[in-house]
Amino acid sequence: MKIKTSYGRPLDIKNGCIEMSHGSGGRAMAQLIDELFVAALGNQYLAQGNDGALLPEAGGRLVMATDSHVVSPLFFPGGDIGCLSVHGTINDVAVMGAKPLYLSASFILEEGFPLVDLKRIVESMAKAGSEAGVPVVTGDTKVVEQGKGDGVFITTTGVGVVADGVHLSGDRARPGDRILLSGTIGDHGMAILSQREGLAFDAPIVSDTAALHGLVAAMLDSGADLHVLRDPTRGGLSATLNEIARQSGTGMLLNEAAIPLAPAVAAACEFLGLDPLHVANEGKLVAICAAEDADRLLAVMRSHPLGGNSAHIGEVTEDPRSFVQMVTALGGRRIVDWLSGEQLPRIC
Amino acid sequence: MKYMDEFRDGELAKIVAANIAREADSGHRYNLMEFCGGHTHAISRYGLSDLLPSAVRMIHGPGCPVCVLPIGRIDLAIQLALEHKVTLCTYGDCLRVPASGGLSLLKAKARGADVRMVYSTIDALKLAQDHPEKQVVFFAIGFETTTPPTAAILIQAKALGLENFSVICNHVLTPAAMHAILAGQGGERLDGFVGPAHVSTVIGSQPYEPFASDYGKPVVIAGFEPLDVMQAVLMLVRQVNAGRAVVENEFTRAVTREGNKKAQALVNDVFELRDAFEWRGLGTIPLSALKMRPAFAEFDAELRFDLQYHPVPDHKACECGAILRGEKRPQECRIFGTVCTPENPVGSCMVSSEGACAAHYTYGRFKDMAVVAA
Repeated sequence: MKIKTSYGRPLDIKNGCIEMSHGSGGRAMAQLIDELFVAALGNQYLAQGNDGALLPEAGGRLVMATDSHVVSPLFFPGGDIGCLSVHGTINDVAVMGAKPLYLSASFILEEGFPLVDLKRIVESMAKAGSEAGVPVVTGDTKVVEQGKGDGVFITTTGVGVVADGVHLSGDRARPGDRILLSGTIGDHGMAILSQREGLAFDAPIVSDTAALHGLVAAMLDSGADLHVLRDPTRGGLSATLNEIARQSGTGMLLNEAAIPLAPAVAAACEFLGLDPLHVANEGKLVAICAAEDADRLLAVMRSHPLGGNSAHIGEVTEDPRSFVQMVTALGGRRIVDWLSGEQLPRIC
Repeated sequence: MKYMDEFRDGELAKIVAANIAREADSGHRYNLMEFCGGHTHAISRYGLSDLLPSAVRMIHGPGCPVCVLPIGRIDLAIQLALEHKVTLCTYGDCLRVPASGGLSLLKAKARGADVRMVYSTIDALKLAQDHPEKQVVFFAIGFETTTPPTAAILIQAKALGLENFSVICNHVLTPAAMHAILAGQGGERLDGFVGPAHVSTVIGSQPYEPFASDYGKPVVIAGFEPLDVMQAVLMLVRQVNAGRAVVENEFTRAVTREGNKKAQALVNDVFELRDAFEWRGLGTIPLSALKMRPAFAEFDAELRFDLQYHPVPDHKACECGAILRGEKRPQECRIFGTVCTPENPVGSCMVSSEGACAAHYTYGRFKDMAVVAA
């Protein structure tokens, strides 16, 4: 009789789905972790198999950021919740001026979620992490009953290290500083929304989801006097600029005509009655720098693959009321305000 | 974007603005009411008032569907969703309109009501088809622009014999509101109207002719793009200067004198005039709104669920009424920007970005506040 090396049946990824037992701490959970998560994300830290990852000394000030992802649909043109959850947190770490080093990932899975979709998502995370050079070193999985989740929610936390001399913060904008933007706005939000609303365009709108730490590194290396970096995600460019204006106690004056906008995004926004300034981005950053360094920094941004459409969109002004104002395409002035409530389409 | 960028051309706007400044008599006041919220939004969104001379004053009219909807009508929708447990669907802006008891449809949703936002009436009908076990009610609001789509799904629902679908009809009529404004106290000081854009694509320019002939007020129908509005202002200034009062059409790319006959016929097949309807700010106006004809009574949610309308007075300090009649500006309301904000609207004008208060708050409030050192 042939002696088997182990008993057990592999996970049925093709036909299987998440069951309550996958979160109960028993054999089914261990199998899911081994055959799906570790198989895709495997690295030396995850292989330690402990409750936490033991990491080497980082040699500098640490930055830590966390981000939960609840996007619907889970798969969209240009990406999915997996790579989004990696990019989102890497970007939050990167815009602090840090080199992102490690990620953790926590999954809340809904009973009944197809394993084949989960595998696709985890593999997308693995690919995004390895392209960025930032491994997922620890994780967690919980399962909720059917109807109590929306397929899968992913929370990632990132850790990075900041080089000496780098000091970026939202309260460092000064009147006269220049505001640079790394490309077109609204691509991610409209990719999601047009998918959700079944809007078809000749050229589909593709999410801009991307890890920006390479672009940030190039900007820091340029030696430009950089004061603030931030990625305008939820709430769009308007929320990000209002946050910075409030933190710094300054105003801002933008030039509408200078803000890059893809024609398909502009059309979709018109169609749904949305303002692209309020629409989310996942692969763009705003940089605020000393006026004398703006041209040099803009050139560095434009020469990076993720900053080809970078533009100088305005400047920081003195205004204790912290209004972000904009000269419109028509030459009038308006406020660029925080988004109020959810962005709902207008009626007619 | 083609057919859009042409009407947002900053250089052309400068030329039109220069013409307005040259032709407007600085000793005269040009009080021009833009009827539609779409125009209000364009004026605020593009900062057009910065391009107009001080003699020209734009007065925001009542043409914003959610702004003129009285509290009692929203109460009906909330009652349906919370008590009758229906799936209530409506257009986005409607969800935030404040109703009685500190509620809105969004707040009712948070309390467990099944409230859905739809982009089109077809989505509402599909919801009913997909969920035969649920009663689906479409809360229909809007002026003549949104009425034909409601008529179209009612015809479709009847053809399909859908038993779980009904409509609360709040469709109102633009000319009736303009009559009410002109017949009221504030009507006298208006020097002209920027006439509706999308509404006019349906009803045509003809229904405005009495405002010129009977009330002596110039009307210029204009599109919703900023250059449309600028051009309409110029045309109105010229009419006022010449002492003329006629209906002119700036929006010729979409509006004819007769309008969209097919849409009008569709509406006429399904709807008839209500004897009277309460408007927020304008009071009860006879023959100013539509209800379903007897042939479509089975789809009338007010009948199906035996709903009784109860008028509810506005918040005491709220000036939405005077603002909707063009008698006051948003910043003249005591609670504007303090108690009443877009996050916590007290009055309906603070809800939609087409509402005069929300538009001024969102785009223009920096003009009210002096820059003083903190």
